[in-house]
Amino acid sequence: MSARLARVFKRCKEAHRAALVGYLTAGDPNPEQSQELLLSLAAECDIIEIGMPFSDPMADGPVIEAASERALAAGTHIQDVFHLSQAVRLANPEIGIILMGYANVPYVMGFERFAERAEKAGVDGVLIVDIPPEEGAICDEALKAHNLDRILLLSPTSPDERIHLACAKGSGFIYYVSLTGITGAEMGDIIEIQNKVAHIQSISEMPVCVGFGIKTAAQAAAVGRFADGVVVGSHFVNQIASQQNHHQSVAALSATAMALRAAMHREINAG
Amino acid sequence: MSSLEHPLYNFEITHAPDAGGHFGRFGGRFAAETLMQPLLEIEQAFYAAWADPEFHRERLDLLKNYVGRATPLYHAERLTKLSGGAQIYLKREDLNHTGAHKINNTIGQGLLARRMGKKRVIAETGAGQHGVATATVAAMFGMQCDIFMGREDMARQMPNVLRMRLLGANVIPVDSGTATLKDAVNEALRNWVASCEDTFYIFGTAAGPHPYPLLVRQFHTVIGQEARAQILEQAGRLPDVAIACVGGGSNAIGLLHPFRDDLDVRLVAVEAAGYGLKTGKHAASLAAGKAGILHGNLTYLLEDDEGQVLGTHSISAGLDYPGVGPELALMLEEGRLELDAATDDEALTALQQLTRSEGIIPALESSHAIAAGCRIAATMREDQIVIINLSGRGDKDMDNVFKHLGWLEEKQ
Ligand SMILES: Cc1ncc(COP(=O)(O)O)c(C=O)c1O
Repeated sequence: MSARLARVFKRCKEAHRAALVGYLTAGDPNPEQSQELLLSLAAECDIIEIGMPFSDPMADGPVIEAASERALAAGTHIQDVFHLSQAVRLANPEIGIILMGYANVPYVMGFERFAERAEKAGVDGVLIVDIPPEEGAICDEALKAHNLDRILLLSPTSPDERIHLACAKGSGFIYYVSLTGITGAEMGDIIEIQNKVAHIQSISEMPVCVGFGIKTAAQAAAVGRFADGVVVGSHFVNQIASQQNHHQSVAALSATAMALRAAMHREINAG
Repeated sequence: MSSLEHPLYNFEITHAPDAGGHFGRFGGRFAAETLMQPLLEIEQAFYAAWADPEFHRERLDLLKNYVGRATPLYHAERLTKLSGGAQIYLKREDLNHTGAHKINNTIGQGLLARRMGKKRVIAETGAGQHGVATATVAAMFGMQCDIFMGREDMARQMPNVLRMRLLGANVIPVDSGTATLKDAVNEALRNWVASCEDTFYIFGTAAGPHPYPLLVRQFHTVIGQEARAQILEQAGRLPDVAIACVGGGSNAIGLLHPFRDDLDVRLVAVEAAGYGLKTGKHAASLAAGKAGILHGNLTYLLEDDEGQVLGTHSISAGLDYPGVGPELALMLEEGRLELDAATDDEALTALQQLTRSEGIIPALESSHAIAAGCRIAATMREDQIVIINLSGRGDKDMDNVFKHLGWLEEKQ
């Protein structure tokens, strides 16, 4: 695990709370405003996931798909993704930064060049939705050479063999997808999520972050009671789409993240 | 395996991908984790079924008595004369039930779905032929059926939309992206992620994540195996050229694969050149694409310098796709596959030529193969043979064709 991510999870553990992992799509609604939005969200998060816009985001629901479309329409390039990551890093030396996206953009760039640029920009890990452990041959070496964690997903459909595989091939943390569905759908059953997360934690030392479908403070608090991290994506992206103007979006993001974080604290202390 | 014998069909899996579904550097299983287990289960079910004589008995019985196979191999003498050159034979996939080759695959996958106890099937469709073939099998097996179709394609293939509805399928319009086939695949994948427990995704072409390229090929090789036996019987020899149009590659791999080890047979894939390859408005991923990863496989893609997938253009909805099956990509790199392309206009002309000379109205997709096939035949000797895959009939395209010919305006 990257030393920085290790410190993030250690800090959160000592504070008796789960890490808050916030997602935004880079370049949404355009590269300039995106920087301010990312900085506003990053100030309240332990880890930030920066989405690399892609023309065909197959695992995303309408909210994040629309964010990708807005970013691409505004002329966001992969270089912008690195610049934005770097800006977040400069402002937040100890935050975890994860790049998230689909295989084709880094593949076309070349994983070696991609990993080199990401490392330079201060990125800690990379989550490529459509590169399962079995296809790691195209990227694992390059990521490792540039000290980037390879974040792998597990889902309710993953049987034990796949849990072992992901824990062996992945690093940084396990991203547990709380539901069989796309981003932005309704969160799955909390008891089932808790059981599966406990099972993964019994197999591996790696922290487990839970995402997909977490929107309310109550949900974040409930998941934060047993997970090492709580990932919130569509709900943050919605703050951009639903506000009247940029200033309101910046403020709404910050307020939303603060509220989630506060709720996660209270629940842990109460429990 | 000795009970797996048939006078016409061969069940041996040759030129198989590796265990991960890679055809050389192409193919593979680039899928989200949630879909990995469902895909592995389909792979297991496929290999088990393929080794089971009962599965083939059922499949071949349906292909014969429901679909109407074997389809004829027709010596098109007037088209041959018109082109001037090699003898042209048409593999009449247009005579299949539902009007295209697509049903070879949906029968196979439908049977797999039933074996796996799935109650619902979903599919993407471009021209609507795969959607109709899926809805047909769903009706026959009593399964619930949802079809994803780009709104743009719905407009240009309305008869097929209505046929699907008549068959009891729910046609779901897709507005995202370019509102064509690639976006319909995205939407079907999104739906499948959330429904895989009780739902089988009947993928429509020889692309997508492993095992689809393999199993779609195996279900379509009946085309080439029949054609091979038929030409040996009718002409006493193998063809010099076998040729098919390529959208994702299912009718092409179905015809061409059984000739793959006949090294004297030239194998030709015809892509949609749209307004012309130089205009950038086409769907020729093998000719103009670069390696990339989309919809679960590594293949040739029409994409920009940063890996964003480009919109495509073809007069035919079934060829309007920015990717292509991984096995064709490998065959091209190995030099076993030749490339050709036909523009919208050439396809329209070929459609009229075949209709006037032989009384056969081909699908616009197949018309691309006819156009290139006649062009190639014209460069060959009269004692040579070209087999063209006539992958579907043109009824679904009539409105679109009349519009392009300007007949709808002048009628009133
Ligand atoms: C008649 C016909 N031919 C060809 C195609 C192209 O698909 P493929 O390349 O998979 O054969 C289609 C697709 O809809 C079709 O309907």
